[in-house]
Amino acid sequence: MYSDKVMDHFMNPRNVGEIVDANGVGEVGNAKCGDIMKIYLEVEDNIIKDVKFKTFGCGAAIASSSMATELIKGKTLEEAWNLTNKAVAEALDGLPPVKMHCSVLAEGAIHKAINDYRIRMGLEPWEDNITDLDDHHHHNNE
Amino acid sequence: MEQKRLIYMDHAATTYTKPEVVETMMPFFTEQFGNASSVYTFGRKSKAAVETAREQVAKAIGAKSDEIYFVNGGSEADNWAIKGIAWAHRDKGNHIITTKIEHHAVLHVCEYLENNGFEVTYLSVDENGLIDLDELKRAITDKTILITIMFANNEIGTIQPIAEIGKIARERGIIFHTDAVQAVGNVAIDVEKMNIDLLSLAGHKFYGPKGIGALYIRKGIKIENLIHGGGQERRRRAGTENLPGIVGLGKAIEMATENLEEHNEKIRKMRDRLLNGIMEKIPYTKLNGHPEKRLPGNINVSFKFIEGESLLLMLDQLGICASTGSACSSGSLDPSHVLLAIGLPHEIAHGSLRLSLGDLTTEEDIDYVLEVLPKIVQRLREMSPLYEDFIKKGEN
Ligand SMILES: Cc1ncc(COP(=O)(O)O)c(C=O)c1O
Repeated sequence: MYSDKVMDHFMNPRNVGEIVDANGVGEVGNAKCGDIMKIYLEVEDNIIKDVKFKTFGCGAAIASSSMATELIKGKTLEEAWNLTNKAVAEALDGLPPVKMHCSVLAEGAIHKAINDYRIRMGLEPWEDNITDLDDHHHHNNE
Repeated sequence: MEQKRLIYMDHAATTYTKPEVVETMMPFFTEQFGNASSVYTFGRKSKAAVETAREQVAKAIGAKSDEIYFVNGGSEADNWAIKGIAWAHRDKGNHIITTKIEHHAVLHVCEYLENNGFEVTYLSVDENGLIDLDELKRAITDKTILITIMFANNEIGTIQPIAEIGKIARERGIIFHTDAVQAVGNVAIDVEKMNIDLLSLAGHKFYGPKGIGALYIRKGIKIENLIHGGGQERRRRAGTENLPGIVGLGKAIEMATENLEEHNEKIRKMRDRLLNGIMEKIPYTKLNGHPEKRLPGNINVSFKFIEGESLLLMLDQLGICASTGSACSSGSLDPSHVLLAIGLPHEIAHGSLRLSLGDLTTEEDIDYVLEVLPKIVQRLREMSPLYEDFIKKGEN
């Protein structure tokens, strides 16, 4: 059901953990739906110097968090903001259709963390067009 | 991964077919393949084998052989029992009583009937998964035509007070069906003593083949057919008999009920060792289902702060087969309806793990699971923001 890439990022997730003095933190999802993603950023000179995540969720959620954090590490905030969920899914060699929302969560968590940073810096948050992240299920019934 | 042998802890999903069972089936594929409904001697031999199997099934549940009808499995048996009774008795009433924790093969049939003019009461269960007999009594109206309550639950293993339910149904003159798909081969069943009018069973849950099952219908019970066509099964269930399957079902149920107590004792001992080990080694774990009134091989636990599908994937990497009630594994919206019915909050239901032990389980399997499971749970917890929040708030 999952690609080798997904399994690799699930079994050996990159960037798991917490940044204690992070200057941008974003959390999306809810426990009721079975997935929560939390992203910690350490931003310096507009560059993501370090990024870590914590995720409660299925294999795809953990793999998406791992891949998304890999893709934004060392990037500018603009580049990180423009990372789409599709790009995360593609980098994982695809996700099953019912799991695409996991990549959406990753994109959303990054946006939230970036805006948290901007607010802390006294900047206007960027407009986020990802909505509904806390009630994101469009699963088919069995 | 250091190890990749198969540790099969999903016997409630399906079992392997015992070699002895396969052996008795084999001639009926290759040599004795005649149509059991044909008149010639060759066909009559097949017919005789079908009738022997019918006796074996009847004996295992305390029925008479002419009360046993072969079907293709648990779902068909449930569909036939419930729709067949509903359609045959709709002149008497349109009310059916069931529970919130039935298998979908019962629940979805009930929903279908609700869309077709029937009314269904879904009894709730307590935190252990047991129905309340007083609630059952109160639910009965003069329109009630059927009570359908599962013998043992497939997820949490809770065993219902079937004899008491049968007694209530009998006193009120209401037909009683039980889905015993999980119970056969694990619990002693006597349809006479328990006042059961219809009972569903499926071969692949007790070391028989897949795709074969039976419905017991007490003599004299009026029921509509589900599968229309040829005149097989005394004109009640059309379709050329699944001869090897039927022979295998007979053999399997005989073997499963012969040494029931002895077999259960062995499985229960291993189950208890595994369960106690899990509870001891893994904090913030909750047992789901009744502590005593449960299937001997069933363990269902929720590990707080983690999600079941990721747990299954990690177990699978080590060759361990198990299942979960998390929504994320089935692709459905909500976690298991059974876990919600016993009152678990969604996030605890998402962290559930079912380990179902059986004939393939060894003491080494138990040791191995007890060695790796705590590490896997801890690994996932360390990735979980819920666990992080919990630890930061102080451990209480
Ligand atoms: C309690 C219960 N009822 C019905 C079924 C359906 O049986 P089958 O898959 O043989 O149709 C199952 C099997 O999963 C079950 O556990």
